[in-house]
Amino acid sequence: MSTARALNSEDRRVWLIIAAIGLASLLLIPLSQALFGLRFTYTVRVVALGGSLLGFVSGALGCFAVLRQESLLGDAMSHAALPGVAIAFLLAGRELGALLIGAGIASWLGWRFVVALLATTRIKQDAALGIVLAGFFAAGIALLAYIQSIPDASQAGLDHFIFGQAAAIIESDVRLVSGGALLVVCLLALFWKEFKLVTFDAGFASANGFRTLVINSLLSTLIVATIVLGLQLAGVILMVGILIAPGIAARQWTRTLEQMVVLAAVFGAFAGGVGAVISALDSDIPTGPMIIVVAFVLVLISLALAPGRGLLWRRLRLRANRRAFAARSTLRDLYRYALAHGAADAPVPDAFIRGVGDRRAALGLRELTSDGFVSLGNAGWQLSQSGIERARRDFHNQRLWESYRFYAHELDLPIVAEDREGEIESLLPAEAIASLEAKLRERGA
Amino acid sequence: METRQDLALSIDDLTVAYHEKPAIWDIDLDVPAGVLMAIVGPNGAGKSTLIKAALNLIPRAAGSALFHGKSYEAARSLVGYVPQRGSVDWDFPTSVLDVVMMGLYGKLGWFRRPGRAERELALGALEQVGMADFADRQISQLSGGQQQRAFLARALVQDAQIYFMDEPFAAVDAVTESAIVNILRQLNQRGKTVLVVHHDLQTVAEYFDWVTLLNVEVIASGRTDEVFTLENLQRTYGGRVSTLHGGQLLPASAP
Repeated sequence: MSTARALNSEDRRVWLIIAAIGLASLLLIPLSQALFGLRFTYTVRVVALGGSLLGFVSGALGCFAVLRQESLLGDAMSHAALPGVAIAFLLAGRELGALLIGAGIASWLGWRFVVALLATTRIKQDAALGIVLAGFFAAGIALLAYIQSIPDASQAGLDHFIFGQAAAIIESDVRLVSGGALLVVCLLALFWKEFKLVTFDAGFASANGFRTLVINSLLSTLIVATIVLGLQLAGVILMVGILIAPGIAARQWTRTLEQMVVLAAVFGAFAGGVGAVISALDSDIPTGPMIIVVAFVLVLISLALAPGRGLLWRRLRLRANRRAFAARSTLRDLYRYALAHGAADAPVPDAFIRGVGDRRAALGLRELTSDGFVSLGNAGWQLSQSGIERARRDFHNQRLWESYRFYAHELDLPIVAEDREGEIESLLPAEAIASLEAKLRERGA
Repeated sequence: METRQDLALSIDDLTVAYHEKPAIWDIDLDVPAGVLMAIVGPNGAGKSTLIKAALNLIPRAAGSALFHGKSYEAARSLVGYVPQRGSVDWDFPTSVLDVVMMGLYGKLGWFRRPGRAERELALGALEQVGMADFADRQISQLSGGQQQRAFLARALVQDAQIYFMDEPFAAVDAVTESAIVNILRQLNQRGKTVLVVHHDLQTVAEYFDWVTLLNVEVIASGRTDEVFTLENLQRTYGGRVSTLHGGQLLPASAP
């Protein structure tokens, strides 16, 4: 969100994924009609819209919970909402607006309670979160049990707040949720710079005159608001999942906070919409778990496949690194042995080179052979012309790095980070290299 | 005679306590404008605490700090801050340039977004610390020394009068150390005041012209060639210095 500039490869990747998700959503409609006989009635459309909106806003806000390492705080706050729902019901009856306000107050109290415990006692954070989560949730369950004992039909469905139930959602609920979601997203956009700074480095923000207490409170309040908006759909137990799962998945694919939040919102919308529709198939399927199952699949795919951070990618890179390292060190061994035995193209006995590097040597020899740097003759391994060339360059590069370390200060050379596997000649200007070579000759003489 | 205006920093009776135990005690410290000052002392001496309390980052039990004669609120734009490198999550999804631009958020104030001008300033600061090629690099890919230089660039764009740096030399490579020293000297030549929490006693006399020896209280503060004596070091570190470093640390008699 800085200045206008060309899309980089990650931006393109993010848009590609968003397009793929959009396409998948479109394909799911005829697919589910054909396979499950799902009819996109008015109710199902309302439910899908509600789920997507909720997923969108909680995906976006959830990025901050993930980055601030406050996922468990989100969990405690959503569990803490339950007694608020029950008390609001006792006071105002089954009115969604009132229930959500009650939930918000209880959730906020739970959060303040955790903060107060940390500030005034020596209880550690995990214990404070655990006790507030369990205590508030237990109070909520007890109150629900009491409410169910009252002979009054209107309490039916209140326990849907535990696991969430999309089938119970009506259009006015969706309107309420979307109004709240719009407000949350607008505030997020308005305070974007402040939220980013405080999340990355609160001390620096404070030293620059930002009221970190105010910004932090606002951000936490928005997270509470998001949790509350999602309670009816996702339920108090699993709300944290829809909050953090999209952010976790999105982090794998992205390099900037802007990309991460946008992608997390899209992931969340997809999981929310699909999960809500699945649960609408049958009133016995709770919505929260369905949304989380979809979101979790997105997380697993992202953890496995994302370029750069994904497990598969890292495994491939590790293997490539191992090969490159084996090839480089084997080449050095061959070159040194050959020089010590007459000339750079002197043959090196197979037994010797395998003895030096065992499995690494086998791997390295295979790599070098396929690159045409070395071949196996009767007397042993022999470097080709290109192999000798490569070994000389490597040797010279190492010597230049050594010289740089010794004389950089004296020669007043530009500062570059020492990277011995990198080509020093591509990092320093030509005259700097010349002065280092002069130093090498001086020392050699 | 120095008036209060000539003092870049003037701290009076500053005390900070964690859990009822004083971390720093009754600090009186006057730092003249334009000096390059090291704050040295053993672990737990309250070096970082002193900086954080002066900058209102942690609550004080007592005392005050004035920056060029003004309170911190009034002098905020005069003050630049380099926190400890370990204080942030380096896996945060952002680029080096973006981190540096954060140094300008304070000037932008609420709601305004950084634009082209901020981008240019940030690139200039990265150039100064020898990191121009890293502008678009993700911060999780930086080495420790590069992280430190990115932090330094972020402080440079603040264009402050007084810089507070919390252990900028901690665990950095030789290249980074010399880069930082160069930057410190340039700042100093431009008349800035720089306060650095420092650990390496061997380099104090070489890098800094002013030093404060701290161990909960201020043991001594003043010109390095006058104050950085074996006797003062022993009073700060308690006996251990002479056995560790021998006579090497006697800059008062050295040229």
